[in-house]
Amino acid sequence: MLKSKRSFSHIITLFRKDLLLEIRQQYSFYGILLYVASTIFVLYLAMGEPEGAVWKGLFWMIQLFICVNAVAKSFLQEGEGRMLYFYSIAGARDFILAKLLFNTLLMVLMSFVSLGLFVLMLGNPLARAVPFVLITCLGGVSLSLVFTFLAAIAARARQNAALMAILGFPLIIPQLMLLMRLSNVAFSDALQGGVWGMALLLIALDLLIVVLAVILFPFLWKD
Amino acid sequence: MLRQSWWKILCVVLLLYTVIAGFLGDVPAKPILHETIRNLYFHVAMWFSMMILFIVSVVYAIKYLRRPDQVFDIYSLEYAKAGIVFGSLGVLTGSEWAGFTWGAFWSNDPKQLGAVVALLIYLAYLVLRNSMTDMDKRARIGAVYNIFAFAMLFPTLWIIPRMVESLHPGGLGGNPAFENFDPRMGKIFWPAAVPGWTLLGVWISSLRIRLQLLELKKLNHA
Repeated sequence: MLKSKRSFSHIITLFRKDLLLEIRQQYSFYGILLYVASTIFVLYLAMGEPEGAVWKGLFWMIQLFICVNAVAKSFLQEGEGRMLYFYSIAGARDFILAKLLFNTLLMVLMSFVSLGLFVLMLGNPLARAVPFVLITCLGGVSLSLVFTFLAAIAARARQNAALMAILGFPLIIPQLMLLMRLSNVAFSDALQGGVWGMALLLIALDLLIVVLAVILFPFLWKD
Repeated sequence: MLRQSWWKILCVVLLLYTVIAGFLGDVPAKPILHETIRNLYFHVAMWFSMMILFIVSVVYAIKYLRRPDQVFDIYSLEYAKAGIVFGSLGVLTGSEWAGFTWGAFWSNDPKQLGAVVALLIYLAYLVLRNSMTDMDKRARIGAVYNIFAFAMLFPTLWIIPRMVESLHPGGLGGNPAFENFDPRMGKIFWPAAVPGWTLLGVWISSLRIRLQLLELKKLNHA
C-alpha cells in the first residue's frame, strides 16, 4: 500500500517535472504548435476544401506526423547523466508511466488544436461532430502511447527520430486502419454496425501497449 | 537435438510427399479454385511456418531478457530471419494464387495488407539491430522490440482481417476454402505440408545459428 502510494507520488513528480520543463522552455511546445499550423496551412493551399474521404485520410496522416514530432523529444532530451539520476531516485516503471501520461495529454491537446485548424481551414465535412471529437481523443491517446515507447527504444539505441519513424510506421498501421474505419461514423448520418467492437479493440490495444511498456521498459533502461 | 539428423530426413520425406502427392493427388473440384486449390499445400503452409518461427523467435527474446546470454540472441535473430523468408514466400505464393483466381495479383485485401505490415515490422527489427554496434545493447533492445512487435502482430494478422470484408477465409466475405475442408487434402496438409515446411525453416535457422555460434566462439577467443 505504502509502496504504491509512493510510486504514485513519483509519477506525479516526474509528470510535473516534464510540465515545468515544457512551461519554462516553451520553444518546443510552440515549435510543435507552429508545425501543426504550418502543415495544415500548406494542406489548405494544396487542397482547398477537400471532400470527406480525403479530409479524413489527410487528418489521420497529419496526426501521425504531429505525434512523431511531439513525442520524439521526450526521451531524446534526457541526457545520459540525467537518466541515471532519475533511475536512482524513481525507478523505471514510474518513469515510463509519467512519460506516457505526459505525452498522452500533450498529444490529445495537439489533436484538438489540429482538429480545430482542420475545420477552420479545410472546411467541415463532419455530419456528427461529437463522435469525431471522441475518436480524435482516442486516436491521440493510441498514437502517443505507441510512439512514446518507440521513442524510448530509439533513444536507448542513441538514434534520432528517423529510426523512430522506421520502427513506428508499420506498427501503427493497425491502429490507423481502425481509426479511419471508426471515423466513418462521423461522416454520414447512417448508422453503422461494429463501431463499439472497433472502439473496444482500440482501447484494448492501448491497454496492451501500456502493460508491455511497463513490463519491457526496465530492460531498456539498465546499462 | 539440432545436430541430429533424423528430423532432417523426416523433413525431406515430408516435403517430397507434399510435392508429389500435392501435385498428383485427388482434389475436390470447386468453382473458381479448380486445380489451383493445390496451392493450399504451399501458400497456407508458409504462413503456419512463419508464425511458428516468429513464436520461437519471441520465446528466445524472452529467454534473453530473463538471462542475458548471446546464444539466445543468436537464436532469436535467426528464427526471425527465417520467418521473414517464409513470410515473403507466403506473400508471393498468395499473390500468384490471387492472380489466377481473384483476377488480380494484388487487391489490397486486409490479409494481404496485414502480411506486408508484418514483414515491414520484422524488417524494421533488422534495421534497429543494425543501427547499434554494442553487442549486449543490440541484443537487449532487439529483444524488447521483438516482444513488442510480436504483440502488435496479433491485431494485424488475426483480429482486424476478421472484422472486415476479406476475400480470405475468416473475413466477412465468406471465402469457402476451409469450409468442408476435403479430408483427402487434410491428409496431406496437416501431417505433411505444415510440419514439412516448418522443419525446413528450423533447418535453415539451425545452419545459420551454428555459423553464428562459430563466429561468436572466434570472437571470444580472439
